[in-house]
Amino acid sequence: MTLKEIKELLLAEIVSGEDCLDLEITFAGGSDLMSDVLAFGKPGILLLTGLSNAQSVRTANIIDAKAIVYVRGKKPDNTGIKLAREKGIPLLSTKYMMYTACGLLFSNGLPGVSGLLPRK
Amino acid sequence: MMMSDKNELSHHFEINGGDFSNAGRISTSIKEILQEIGIDSSIIVRAAIASYEAEMNVVMYAQRGVFTLNITPEKLLLNLEDEGPGIENIDLAMKEGFSTATDEMREMGFGAGMGLPNIKKNADKFDISSIPGKGTSLKITICLDRTERK
Ligand SMILES: Nc1ncnc2c1ncn2[C@@H]1O[C@H](COP(=O)(O)OP(=O)(O)OP(=O)(O)O)[C@@H](O)[C@H]1O
Ligand SMILES: [Mg+2]
Repeated sequence: MTLKEIKELLLAEIVSGEDCLDLEITFAGGSDLMSDVLAFGKPGILLLTGLSNAQSVRTANIIDAKAIVYVRGKKPDNTGIKLAREKGIPLLSTKYMMYTACGLLFSNGLPGVSGLLPRK
Repeated sequence: MMMSDKNELSHHFEINGGDFSNAGRISTSIKEILQEIGIDSSIIVRAAIASYEAEMNVVMYAQRGVFTLNITPEKLLLNLEDEGPGIENIDLAMKEGFSTATDEMREMGFGAGMGLPNIKKNADKFDISSIPGKGTSLKITICLDRTERK
C-alpha cells in the first residue's frame, strides 16, 4: 500500500514529506508507549501513535520506521517536524482515533508486525 | 570525539536529568556516528535502541549521566554512568512491566517498564550495577564479529 493510499483511507493531512507519497508501506503498528514501539517495532514499520512530542520522531528514527501517522488530529511540535525532514520520515495526521485508523488500514489489507491479515 | 589507542574510537556525551526536550538526541547522534562508519544496519538498530532506552532512563530518573561509546573492530561498547537515586532492587527493575514512572512521564509515552529488558534483549552482553543513593552504571556490549553475535 502506498503512503498516498494511506492518506486517502485515513482522510489524513500531510504534515511533512509531501514528496514521499509513492513510498510503499508493507506493515504497520500502533502504540502510545515508546518502549513498546522499540520492543515490538521492526525496521520499515508505519507507526501510528497519539503521542505528538519530539520523542515520537526520535523513536521512529531509532527503529528505522518508514513513516508516522498521528491519530486524533495530533501533530508533532517543530522540533519533531525538523528531525523528520532531516531523516526523511514523512508525517501524516488523521482525525480518526487509534482504533479506527488501525482498523481502516488493516481491513484494507495492511498487516501488522506479525504479518497477520484480515480473514476473508 | 576522541581518539584513544590505535584501533579504538571513543565518543563522550553528557546527559542532563529531567531535560525531556533534548531526550533522545544522544542516541540519535550515536546512530549517525555508526551509520557514517558503515556498520551493518541490523546492528545499528540494536545499538540505537539500547542507547535510547539507557539515555531515557537517565533523563527520567537521574540527575546527570555520562555516556561513552567505544568502537573497536570487534565490538561496540556503550557505557553509561549516572549520578542519581540508583536502583534498590535490580532484579525487580529488570522485569518487563516494572516501572516507577510518574503520570507525567507516562503522558510523554514512557513507563512501559520495557526499557531495561529492551536493552538486555538488544545487547550481546549487559551488565548493570547500582549503588542506591549514588547512581547506576550500565555496560552494554554489541559484537561486530558475526561468530560472537546473538
Ligand atoms: N538510571 C536509573 N536510575 C534510577 N532508577 C532507574 C534507572 N533506570 C531504571 N530505573 C528504575 O528501573 C525501573 C525500570 O526501568 P525500565 O527502563 O525498564 O522501565 P521504565 O523506564 O519505567 O519504562 P520504559 O523504559 O518502558 O519507558 C524504572 O521505572 C526505575 O524505577
Ligand atoms: Mg526506561
